[in-house]
Amino acid sequence: MSTLTAKDFVTDQEVRWCPGCGDYSILKQVQTVLPTLGIPRENIAIISGIGCSSRFPYYMNTYGMHSIHGRATAIASGLKASRPDLSVWIVTGDGDSMSIGGNHLIHLLRRNFNVQILLFNNQIYGLTKGQYSPTSEENKITKSTPFGSLDHPFNPGALALGADATFIARSMDRDPKHLQEMLRRSHAHQGTSFLEIYQNCNIFNDMAFEVFTEKGSKPEEAVFVEHGKPLLFGANQDKGIRLDGFKPQVVSMSDYSADDLWIHDEKDIYKAQILTRLFDNPTSDNHLPRPFGVFYAIDRPCYEEQLHAQVAHALSVKGKGDLDKLIAGNETWTVL
Amino acid sequence: MSGIINEIEHVVIKFAGDSGDGIQLTGSQFTTNTALRGNDLSTFPDFPAEIRAPLGTLPGVSGFQLHFSSNSVYTPGDDCDVLVAMNAAALKVNLKSIKKGGTIIVNTDGFDSKNLRLANYADDDNPLNNNSLESYTVHKIDVTKLTREALAESTLGVKEKDRAKNMFVLGFLYWMYDRDLASTKRFLEEKFGKKPDLFDSNIKALQAGYNFGDTTELFSTRYTVAKAVVKAGVYRSITGNSAISLGLVTAAQKSGLQLFLGSYPITPASDILHDLSKYKNFNVITFQAEDEIAAITSSIGASYGGSLGITTTSGPGMALKAEAMGLAMMLEIPLVIINIQRGGPSTGLPTKTEQSDLMQAYYGRNGECPIPIISASSPSDCFYVAIEACRISIEHMTPVILLSDGFIANGAEPWKFPSASDIVEIKVTFKKSLDEGEEKFLPYLRDEKLVRPWSIPGYAGLEHRIGGLEKQDITGNVSYDADNHEHMVKTRQAKVDMIANYIPEQEINLGADSGDILILGWGSTSGVITTVVQKLIKEGHSISHCHLRYIRPFPKNLGNIFKRFKKVIIPEINNGQLVKIIRDLYLVDAIAYNKIKGNPITQAELEGFIMTHTGK
Repeated sequence: MSTLTAKDFVTDQEVRWCPGCGDYSILKQVQTVLPTLGIPRENIAIISGIGCSSRFPYYMNTYGMHSIHGRATAIASGLKASRPDLSVWIVTGDGDSMSIGGNHLIHLLRRNFNVQILLFNNQIYGLTKGQYSPTSEENKITKSTPFGSLDHPFNPGALALGADATFIARSMDRDPKHLQEMLRRSHAHQGTSFLEIYQNCNIFNDMAFEVFTEKGSKPEEAVFVEHGKPLLFGANQDKGIRLDGFKPQVVSMSDYSADDLWIHDEKDIYKAQILTRLFDNPTSDNHLPRPFGVFYAIDRPCYEEQLHAQVAHALSVKGKGDLDKLIAGNETWTVL
Repeated sequence: MSGIINEIEHVVIKFAGDSGDGIQLTGSQFTTNTALRGNDLSTFPDFPAEIRAPLGTLPGVSGFQLHFSSNSVYTPGDDCDVLVAMNAAALKVNLKSIKKGGTIIVNTDGFDSKNLRLANYADDDNPLNNNSLESYTVHKIDVTKLTREALAESTLGVKEKDRAKNMFVLGFLYWMYDRDLASTKRFLEEKFGKKPDLFDSNIKALQAGYNFGDTTELFSTRYTVAKAVVKAGVYRSITGNSAISLGLVTAAQKSGLQLFLGSYPITPASDILHDLSKYKNFNVITFQAEDEIAAITSSIGASYGGSLGITTTSGPGMALKAEAMGLAMMLEIPLVIINIQRGGPSTGLPTKTEQSDLMQAYYGRNGECPIPIISASSPSDCFYVAIEACRISIEHMTPVILLSDGFIANGAEPWKFPSASDIVEIKVTFKKSLDEGEEKFLPYLRDEKLVRPWSIPGYAGLEHRIGGLEKQDITGNVSYDADNHEHMVKTRQAKVDMIANYIPEQEINLGADSGDILILGWGSTSGVITTVVQKLIKEGHSISHCHLRYIRPFPKNLGNIFKRFKKVIIPEINNGQLVKIIRDLYLVDAIAYNKIKGNPITQAELEGFIMTHTGK
């Protein structure tokens, strides 16, 4: 078991994502991290829905199911409920999880099954060839919206927090080290881990996250948060974010010391509300940088633990069910 | 004092009142008492979709019909001998279904001017005071007043005292039918044991109703129905939904699997969710999902993990599950989808019965998607059919649809229940390792039944991927190859067709195995067909009855049976569904008899129709 390597997680199936797709990097990071987690390979089940990202299970040499559109979250719930011993990973996209499967997503988050959600967000429908998605920015010109989209986009982190998720994080395909760390944190969390991964669709929505991922702009536009540390960013860590009441503001470190800044606290739901709301359009004036990292991580009992505790309790109080008594019920009569 | 006791053969009694009057409770208590008395019986609860429909109105009337007899009973009866009407609306709605000369027991308090107006009776036209009920025996009792008097010493408020009215009526009927009160006393103790004032008021009202019959001289006659001559054994009363729950638990125990029910509340299927949620010490997990789709897909997830996945629903919910049913069929894993049919389409008639989801079950999915269908014909039959659905699902690695309906789901009958040891084990074989000489796991390698192995996560060396995309034969890898697709479609069909080799041949349930007329039925019409065909055989007609349990695939000999009859009549509570499938598959000129009124076919209706086809 300890000798597993990334190679052990590669299947014999040809990977068929478009060349240059951000999915390749995510696949590689998952294959790199899984062998280090100490889970027997046969105890891993990867459940996906429909979409480019949902082909993921075919490329992972674990147990896996490529299901139907939007339902991976619900299938995983049933699997985890019946098999708490398995390590269940859900791979989904922005359309799969937040459009057709939006309902199951929020209910999974509030129930808090101990599973991992890897949300590949590329802000576009790739598999159906380029329609806008529920995370596409407003006024997006696509095949289905030649005059610009009217839909206001979802803010995935805020949505997850609104559904009382117990773990919310964001990473990106172009930062392997950070993504690996976020995958490890997601797995370590007991409860539903909601990990949004910015993923570039180089065919239908190329460079959607360029400002956050590319060397030149990344330091100014992305702030990487860590528990207990101040929110610092900028090429030379020369900027910070401080809280003026409930209002975050960018300050220059020439005017402030680190102690004056917003110190990140993963367990503070009020700060998490503000942090997940750092969602400014990066082209707007005076916008705040986009946060990456673990925004929120708290403990709450997992659904499957409580479910099986009820079964165990029933067994301890009533004893193992007697089928004959059950069939006979409370009132019987005898005909001679 | 207590009147003369007349022995009669059978009684059809109907309780009717506001849906808040406790009619269903009164009915089910009288049913239990009747069952314990040893009569054969059949019930038909009939209630509005609204929980507390506007008081006193015609649409708010809730009914419970019970047919009990010293002979075998197969239906809740057509018209009733006795109607208990708690208000004017209950009388108006049910007047047409009382036999001429029948008995009407009314609560006079339910006939005040307000109730008369709500029931659309003119002010000066109280049916209790004009001569409109001349052809019936009418007993007028001020149940409300008498109940309040009986509870004069209780500290309960008037509203709460009035809630015990149904117990007064029940007590009176127990007197009228020469019963003892023990079963209801036990029930009240269980229900109100921890609330002494409610327990007292109900017991007092029950006793007061009994005493009222005993002491007033208004009622000269009491009736008794002798015990039915039935097979010796131990019996209980059972409804269809309870029987399904018990069947599912039995199947899980007999297969050694954890039972997982994913369900979303829907009338009239919710009682199965309620029942199973109590049976945790039988290794039963119930999951009330966020919607119908999550209900079935969570069950698919559980089956994938090695549990016996079940989902329960009714027509509209089944429609939402269609895509997921296709997935389960494609994955080829066990899953039982239970549809307690109700009136459709759309939301339709949630609390009324119909057999109108057969086409949906048979054809209602995208692509070529054959799923076995099995149907229950009576409340107790639900038990065996639930087990059979699980058996087919597990042994043939396929989703199975079980069709029941609102009539048998809520209806009750006595059941000579089996001992758990009488039920055959269901064999489950999980693939746990590669066989000798097997180099790589082939998830779609089939056995002689065309069944693939059930491989669940947790076994090293068998890691594999499955999904809804078309798969290559044997390996299960994604394949868009044209010939492979056709081969896979035909293979999946052949797998389902082959189940016919593992189910019993169709028997002729009643009558000769050839003749003039064959009545072919499925589902809840079994009782009425049995009753009518028995009668017509006695009268010398050449008529037989076949009742289908297996609808997909049909029993292998079904086509031959049709050849032996001149006419095939198919009665259904729909606009003609089985009849179309039979005509399609067997090229039989089957005759449809259809009723689509949200209630069961009556004996008179069916007999009348058959008689138009008996001319030689």
